[in-house]
Amino acid sequence: MIRYSLARMLQAVPTLLLLSVLSFFLIHVVPGGPAVVMLGDKATPALIAQINQSLGLNKPLWIQYGIWLGHLLEGNLGYAYSYHQSVASLIAVNLPRTLILVVTAIAISHVIAIVVGIYQAVHRDRPVDFILTGILYFLYAMPTFWLGVLLISIFATDVRWFPTGGLYNPLLGPTFGSYVNHMVLPVSVLVIGSVAGWARYMRSTMAETLVQDYIRTARAKGLNERGVLVRHALKNSLLPLITLVGMSLPGLFSGALIIEIIFNYPGMGLLFWNAAQQRDYPIVLAIVIMVGVLTILGNLLADLLYAVVDPRIQYR
Amino acid sequence: MVQSDSTRIELDAQGIGAEPKSRFRRIFWHHPLAWMGLVGIAVLLGFAFIGPLVYRASPYAMHLTMILKPPSTHFPLGTNNLGRNMLARLMLGGQTSLEVGVAAALSSMVIGIAYGVVAGFVGGWVDALMMRVVDLLRSIPGLFLLIFLDSFVTPTPGLLILLIALTSWHGVSRLVRAEVLSLKERLFVEAARAVGARMGHIAIKHLLPNIYGTVIVATTFMVADAVLVIASLSFVGMGLPPPVPNWGAMLSDAMTYVPQHAWWLVYPPGLAVLWTILSISFLGDAFRAALDTRLDSAFRGGPRT
Repeated sequence: MIRYSLARMLQAVPTLLLLSVLSFFLIHVVPGGPAVVMLGDKATPALIAQINQSLGLNKPLWIQYGIWLGHLLEGNLGYAYSYHQSVASLIAVNLPRTLILVVTAIAISHVIAIVVGIYQAVHRDRPVDFILTGILYFLYAMPTFWLGVLLISIFATDVRWFPTGGLYNPLLGPTFGSYVNHMVLPVSVLVIGSVAGWARYMRSTMAETLVQDYIRTARAKGLNERGVLVRHALKNSLLPLITLVGMSLPGLFSGALIIEIIFNYPGMGLLFWNAAQQRDYPIVLAIVIMVGVLTILGNLLADLLYAVVDPRIQYR
Repeated sequence: MVQSDSTRIELDAQGIGAEPKSRFRRIFWHHPLAWMGLVGIAVLLGFAFIGPLVYRASPYAMHLTMILKPPSTHFPLGTNNLGRNMLARLMLGGQTSLEVGVAAALSSMVIGIAYGVVAGFVGGWVDALMMRVVDLLRSIPGLFLLIFLDSFVTPTPGLLILLIALTSWHGVSRLVRAEVLSLKERLFVEAARAVGARMGHIAIKHLLPNIYGTVIVATTFMVADAVLVIASLSFVGMGLPPPVPNWGAMLSDAMTYVPQHAWWLVYPPGLAVLWTILSISFLGDAFRAALDTRLDSAFRGGPRT
């Protein structure tokens, strides 16, 4: 087990290293080079020369890369000139908000996907199964941004149940209720966007599991249908779902990006978008790296979890 | 063809179909999703490309007395904040979205095939390194990378096609590599190598014809993805520049007028994107049912569901 975990973690290292090489390359692609990345619009020839001196830009490229990687590992992500603070401090504030959004959506989406998937598998090839499949197909093809606009136009302007956006009501202050109220619509969009794929998956694995011999055995020994479904079938169908979540992370982050823009929700996505519009490259680059690292680590975590919960995996 | 009779028999025994065409005809043309997809795409193409020839209203003319008006006989889909005819704009917007989407998907397919064939065929450390690059691209959410690259340039349709292709080829390359890895161990490839065929020859004559099914399925879904990506990019203001209309930007403009209940600005562009994605996905699923031999063998060999 420990050996497997270590081996799997080692596999993530080359990808992370490549990510750092790509980022380093992208910094040099930025018009004006790394000095402009660090200084942004404040770049004057004198300052650029000073930065070039201190960064050792006259040194060979691989030494520059080493220096830059050292800064990165120290958490020195540069200075965000449009916000007048360090990129690291900005990310420290905004990242948790995005993570809350994504994690809440994953949790809710799972509950719905599992229930719908089981229901469909149990009633498979009946009319209700076809109807649900059709609905899921629809949701699967639904563009995130349109869904966001639709929910705002229906639930925030027509019936006014929820606010159109923001983090909390500035008049009432940052209360828990206000936070939750502002998260309902953004989380709903993310849930609707991800539930279809997972429910489709759940239906097909459950359908496969339900015809296995051990299910027949469980029924034969007199277990009630609920016990068979939950204790035997669900337990075995759930495992691969963990891997699926790891694989959907990039899509979820992209979804969160659009949702944060639509709902003016101040997380990583909105920060990224604002920075891209103002060409505040230190922020933009740091977030690309950050999201990449999060996805790689998320996948790693999913694989490790899978190994923990599935006793059939052999650790050699 | 170097493919020997014994290989053919072996293929038949594995149920991989020595005559894919007949298998394709048998399944594809009897698949309800294929028809729904084809009809959907036909309606879409007719609307976007033939529509403007029939409905000759200008998508750019500003009717300053008719600002933000709901649908009427003169303006079937209403007007926007500049008094522009929304039906005409929806048609023209479809052209840009579809052209860029198809071009991006095809370019991405070409890169993906070339990359996957080389990685799978050469193997060894080259393959390992090439696949780590694919892992990397898979781990960065596409939209983030696209917006980052997009912030350097003033987007034009050509540049957008290039950017989307550069950030989306990795999916196809993984599928192609996996197919090539198994194909290159097969007898007919070995036979070709034995008679002295060069790598390029083997790739074009023996590998490509055997992976076209995978490629067609993946490319179909990629068109849907590309249309969605362009719409998303334009929606967040980083896609195709004005004044040429496109569905994403139309929806983004509509957001400003949501408080005024301008529903005729909100529904048509979104429905158009949804219609496009659905039609293409239907077609993709029908292609998959007809072309993906792995799916077929899974149905035969797997438990009855």
